[in-house]
Amino acid sequence: MELYKSTIHELHELLVNKKISSVELTNALYERIDQVEDQVKAYVTLDKENALAQAAKVDAKIAAGETIKPLAGVPGAIKDNISTKGLRTTCSSKMLENLNPIYDAHVIKNLRADDTIFLGKTNMDEFAMGSTTESSFFKTTCNPWNLTRVPGGSSGGSAAAIAAGEAIWTLGSDTGGSIRQPASFNGCVGIKPTYGRVSRYGCVAFASSLDQIGPITRDVTDAAIVLNTICGVDGHDSTSLPVEVPDFTKALKQDVKGLKIGLPKEYFGAGLDPKVESEISKAVEQYRAMGAEIVELSLPHTEYAVITYYIIAPAEASANLARFDGVRYGHRNMNATSAPEMTTLSRTEGFGSEVQRRIMLGTYVLSSGYYDAYYKKAMQVRTLIRRDFEEAFKQCDVLLTPTSPVVAYPIDGKMDPLSIYLLDVCTIPVNLAGLPGISVPCGFVDGMPVGMQLIGKPLDEETILRAAYTFEQANDYHKVIAPIGGDK
Amino acid sequence: MRKYITVIGLEVHAELKTNSKAFCSCSTEFGGDPNTHVCPVCLGMPGALPVLNKQVVEFAIRAGLAVNCDIKKFNKFDRKNYFYPDLSKNYQISQFDKPICEEGHIDILVDGEEKRIGITRIHMEEDAGKLVHSGATISTSDSSAVDYNRAGVPLIEIVSEPDMRSSEEARAYLEQLKAILEYTDVCDCKMQEGSLRCDANISLMPEGATEFGTRAEIKNLNSFRALVRAIEYEIARQAEILEDGGHIVQETRTWDDVNGVTLSMRSKEEAHDYRYFPEPDLVPVEIDDAWIERVQSELPELPAARQARLIADFALPKEQAALIVSTKAMAQYFDEAVSATKDAKGLANWLLGDVSAYLNNEDITISEFKVTPANLGELVDLIKEGVLSSKLAKQVFGEMVKENHSPKALVKELGLEQVSDAGAIEAIVDEVLAENPQSIIDFKAGKDRALGFLVGQIMKKSKGKANPNMVNDMLKAKMQ
Repeated sequence: MELYKSTIHELHELLVNKKISSVELTNALYERIDQVEDQVKAYVTLDKENALAQAAKVDAKIAAGETIKPLAGVPGAIKDNISTKGLRTTCSSKMLENLNPIYDAHVIKNLRADDTIFLGKTNMDEFAMGSTTESSFFKTTCNPWNLTRVPGGSSGGSAAAIAAGEAIWTLGSDTGGSIRQPASFNGCVGIKPTYGRVSRYGCVAFASSLDQIGPITRDVTDAAIVLNTICGVDGHDSTSLPVEVPDFTKALKQDVKGLKIGLPKEYFGAGLDPKVESEISKAVEQYRAMGAEIVELSLPHTEYAVITYYIIAPAEASANLARFDGVRYGHRNMNATSAPEMTTLSRTEGFGSEVQRRIMLGTYVLSSGYYDAYYKKAMQVRTLIRRDFEEAFKQCDVLLTPTSPVVAYPIDGKMDPLSIYLLDVCTIPVNLAGLPGISVPCGFVDGMPVGMQLIGKPLDEETILRAAYTFEQANDYHKVIAPIGGDK
Repeated sequence: MRKYITVIGLEVHAELKTNSKAFCSCSTEFGGDPNTHVCPVCLGMPGALPVLNKQVVEFAIRAGLAVNCDIKKFNKFDRKNYFYPDLSKNYQISQFDKPICEEGHIDILVDGEEKRIGITRIHMEEDAGKLVHSGATISTSDSSAVDYNRAGVPLIEIVSEPDMRSSEEARAYLEQLKAILEYTDVCDCKMQEGSLRCDANISLMPEGATEFGTRAEIKNLNSFRALVRAIEYEIARQAEILEDGGHIVQETRTWDDVNGVTLSMRSKEEAHDYRYFPEPDLVPVEIDDAWIERVQSELPELPAARQARLIADFALPKEQAALIVSTKAMAQYFDEAVSATKDAKGLANWLLGDVSAYLNNEDITISEFKVTPANLGELVDLIKEGVLSSKLAKQVFGEMVKENHSPKALVKELGLEQVSDAGAIEAIVDEVLAENPQSIIDFKAGKDRALGFLVGQIMKKSKGKANPNMVNDMLKAKMQ
């Protein structure tokens, strides 16, 4: 097994047993990046010098006989909307092309404290707005399973990097499915924790009430390891929850006997690719065979979720992105003759069309005379969607759905924005309700990975991790390797 | 010309005296090199998040209770969206539809009449940074820089009911409000530093009308003088338009202090749509009864209570007491000085007379006054005891303000002690009587003016030091 295709827990063993060094491992990753990055285009920025220096420090600790953390010396990559001090953080936007942050995000501080290694920053849809990475100012990432297909988004770079062996683990952010959907398109594990589980401090805000950082990894065990490091209350984020963080790796047991798994009928309706549905149904039958109880139920307000999301998220985004005005940092038009003109021109030039579309949408729904009809109504519907889940969880322990109704589609820019928006139907309600959700590989359609989504009760990441782990261990989907760079 | 009733409401912004900013731990200290009291949060760096400083809520509760408001238990924040280079996030964290305080009032005194002015609401928000222009004004500058030291400093906005009917009432309201904010120690109320700022809504309606006229909002009122002048200007401007049969435009105007005029900034049509919505980065704040009760119990003596105490304890006239309590520093000075004198009324006269005149002349506040309360009390006693005539007392005071010497020591040093030795006075009296026989005749003929003339001559000869009461008595006795 090549090092670059290994998992965190495998590599940790090799490191502590001195079978490999972190410098060797890190070099192996950069060699792999040299080999396939031209085709995949997962990264916006690489940071080889610092990564190798950090790896040497970890090697010194191991040589000195110090105990190291599970993530120590294991190279990962960070979505480019998470603030890394001194390392360019662009949000894949022209607006922030040259932004070198003056501070570390809370999750980055935690990861540094565990002596992990950052290979670089991964490509994404501009300001996390999109489901394909096509809205990135710099490049469109390609799906390693088929380079003519999209990697999903907005954390497309983070997922493609895992599938292509360009990182061992990555961080993404998920506002409406941006971790889970690309994880499913690339055959990876991706988890969006409960809203408030991970501090958002330093994650460049798209929609504050929906954003959540989470890991994308090769298997469920790795997801639990990264979660252990990034979760926890943070005094810099008022919405981070003051609750104990369990050791998530302890939840990884092969046991679903008596587990009540709910199947919401609205997620299996029109628009779901029958081939995808067939893979999901096989997974359901497997769970049943392993002793889980399958409960069919309804989340009646599901049909309103996408439209609700496309009011709330742009509304918050229109305010969150207002700070990009060319005054303190970011792109500035130098020909303007007044401050208002400078702001207008800088924003017109700095933002791509999808970002501008959402800012306009958000500005409109908050405008005087429209607020009640749109934003206020959307907040009321959001409450109804949340209550749907509360009712559902009276009947089951986890919900099982497809992560996406389709597998990765071609990069051709032919889809109109609205059709793409509607494909997020399975993931968006989870953000609106603030629940934890995980996507696990569960099959293939025409050679492209299919992802199954498990949704948990608030703060009950442990049950969805256990259910995902049980399924994973009973199958080999996570061991199938994307056909790229000579791998088959 | 018809008679018009002026209707005025004030919006007052007060910077809170917390040590750190509203949503980050940066210092709120005034001054400092530009952009030295800043961090990712108040600079609006990508990804930074606000965390509420609880002290802001504490101060808002305190201010609210001091002006008799209801404190609302459920509090949330909202984003007020507008673009301006001094606003780092291009939205201000404020409170929109659920302010922390509602329905309060304060009482003011104008021309001896007490009047109650309603307070609609008080809400919490953050301040913006400051633009620094390279030239004298924005239009004559090649460039502008932004100082974000003030960005994120906590403010409360206190909105009055449109209850004031004249510039005097507006001034009295602002003075009283300022005093309350000072007493409660929530704001240092330095209008020249911008820690207390005032906007005025002004409209006119014909006498007898039941509906208010269209109002203009006047901004940039940085002193009491500016407030009064701007209101007077607006009354005249609006009256002229109405007299000519015109209509007042609802608009925002700015006060030009140099030219003494208000100028249009933007009309209602151009007004901002602030697109308020609940701030998703902050969680709601619940204020429980225990919190409110604790703040209530810790409230210091407020100006109204202090005024009543001065009247009760020292029999001061209402107007004098009101003036003394109008600033916390003056009230404190009086309290300290009054314990050093037996003559509270004399002290009040001195404080509001010579001392105030001196402070005005020098353009300083009582906090910068060199004479200690104890020494002023001593001076007042020296007059009361007859050691100093009021004329000599002024001379001594003139020395005291230069350097804070004890008046007793100064009297000795300057040789100004009043002569109360009967023998010495008699010698001078005899001398003057001998020089002015005609005056004795006049006095005996009932011309009282002669007595005054003789006293004057004696005081002159004694260089003002002879005890005037003794001189009077002695003269009368000798001329009987």
